[in-house]
This record gives sequence, C-alpha cells and structure tokens, in this order.
Amino acid sequence: MALSRQHELHKRRFSRNLGLGLVLVGFVALIFGLTVVKVSNEDFAMPTSEGAN
Amino acid sequence: MSDASLNTTQTQATEAGFGDYFALLKPRVMTLVVFTAFVGLVAAPVGLHPVVAFAAILFIAVGGGASGALNMWWDADIDAVMKRTAKRPIPAGRISGDEAFGFGMALAGFSVVMLALATNFLAAALLAFTIFFYVVVYTMWLKRWTPQNIVIGGAAGAFPPMIGWAAATGTISVEAILMFALIFMWTPPHFWALALFTRMDYDNAQVPMLTVTHGRRATRVHILVYTILLAALAIGTGFTSVGGPVYLVVALYLNARFLKGAYDIWRRSEERAEADKYLTERKFFKASLVYLFAHFGAIALEAALVPFGLGGW
Repeated sequence: MALSRQHELHKRRFSRNLGLGLVLVGFVALIFGLTVVKVSNEDFAMPTSEGAN
Repeated sequence: MSDASLNTTQTQATEAGFGDYFALLKPRVMTLVVFTAFVGLVAAPVGLHPVVAFAAILFIAVGGGASGALNMWWDADIDAVMKRTAKRPIPAGRISGDEAFGFGMALAGFSVVMLALATNFLAAALLAFTIFFYVVVYTMWLKRWTPQNIVIGGAAGAFPPMIGWAAATGTISVEAILMFALIFMWTPPHFWALALFTRMDYDNAQVPMLTVTHGRRATRVHILVYTILLAALAIGTGFTSVGGPVYLVVALYLNARFLKGAYDIWRRSEERAEADKYLTERKFFKASLVYLFAHFGAIALEAALVPFGLGGW
C-alpha cells in the first residue's frame, strides 16, 4: 500500500513527539519553579561544606 | 524505527499516538485522584506553596496513572473480552503489553521519587504503597480471586486525599483517615451498581464480581447495606473537624437521595430492571459520582471558608 505524503501514521507520530516535547518543557518549568520556591524558603540552608566556602 | 517499516500495514495498526499513552493512565479515574488529593491538601491545617501543591497533586496523579497503566498491562486479557474495555490501547493492539509495563513502571518510580523531593517521604511512601496495593494486591491477587475484590481493593482509590494531607502536614491524622474511609465505603456500592448493568461483561471475563458469584439479589442487598454504612460515616464526618455546617447540609441531602436510590435498587426485581434497561441502577451509578465529588467539594469549601472566620465548627 502506497503511503501518501501526509499519512495517518505521520500524524500519529507527530502527535506523540509533540506531546512528549510539551511534557518535557512542562517538566523543566515545574522543576525550575520548585527550585525557586525551595531555595527561597526560610528553612532552606546551604550544606555545611558549601556554606564554608 | 527505519523508514522501511512504513511500508507495512501492520505498523499502522500498532503505532500509538500520544492519546493512546494518555489513555493508559485512565484519565477519568485520574480526575477523582486529582480532585480528592487536592481536597486532602487544602483541608490540611498546614499551607503549602502553590507551586509545591501543584507539583504534589501532579505527581500523585502520575502515580495514579502509573497504577492504571500497570493494571491495563496485567488485565489485557480481561479487557479484550469486556465490551466496556475492549477499545483500550492494549486489547485494541495500539500499544504492546511490554511497552505498557515499562511505561507504568517508569512512571511509578518517577512519581514516587519526585513526590519525595517535592514534599516529604511519608507522602511518597504512601504513594508507593497505593501503587503496590492497586497493582499487586487488587489487580493481580484479589480481582480474579474473590467477590470482595472491590471492597478491599477500594482502599487503593481511597488513598489520594490521605497522600494530599500527608504532603502538606508530613503526618497522618484522624481527618485524613476519615477522608480515606469515605472513599473506601463509597467504592463497593458504586462498582456493584455498575456490575448490575454490565453483568455480561464480568460473566464473559470470568471476574468473580458479586453479581457472578452470589447472584443479583445478593448484590442488591449488599448495595443497600453498604449505602447505609456509608451514609452513617458520611453524615458522622460532618461533626468532625473536616466537616461543618455546609458539609453537613450537603451530606444530609445527598445521603438521603443515595439511600433512596439504594432502597429502590434493593426493592426491584430483575425482571423490572431488565424491562427498563437498568434505569435505576444507571441513575444510582451516575449519582454516586456526584455524591463523592460533592462531599469532597464541601470539605474543600469548609477549609476555604476558615480564613474568613467561617467554615468548620
């Protein structure tokens, strides 16, 4: 069976790649946000060895 | 994958889109997980930063989704013969069982580790136990063995508000246990009503649901008994620290309706149910969804009113 240039299969692959890409971007943004919140917390303390440097 | 594989029609049938992987996570069950975990989190007396709270709920949802994927991996043979589940990605041939297993295991590990990093170890341990309980205890062991599968297995779905509470407070208290108990007691009548109007599915799959092992009359009796116990628990919760006037009004109204529904189911004969295509059972099933969301919505509302000097007792 001949494949057209825009086959259903390509659409499915594109949706998978796009979805995964968006999930990864979202994950990076979430980790960045979590890091900012954690280090801004009053309870946050640098590890002793790094604090001494 | 090489381009050569594009020439086979087989590839078309098996290559999954993003939606198929998402479907593995059982998104409809996930809405319940997300909502109840959110309520557990906001009902807790300790406030979490919104970003941390969002991350906590997300990782709890991913953990719930991982359980769903592993459940679909193990139950692919059952899903294939049940009309309700035959179109799921594995029985439909869009995702292989091995792939679903890998996907589920990876997400399970990821969600537990991330929840531990974002919040605390207790919440992460509870999430790990929930995944274990749903996949191993319920799916692999109870589901095909005993008609009590739903009763005991329901605990897995009851953990999210407790995990939400633990994520915020780092502890488990009586309030968290009450929210757990509410879902735990709600699960059996909810699923038995479903089993009443999808009987042939469970028969064909040889899953020992109560309808199959003890008959439909016994299932109707069980629904009524569990609904009475649930109503007592749900209304009693209204007098505790997670309850309050708003919750109590909601609980009184919904439980009166739910009891009436259970009574109607108990009173009906099989002939009458078949005649109207299980209308009462279907209504009861739909009402059970509203029931749970409204109870947890009321708990969240009580917590939201506290800063304004309202809410709670």
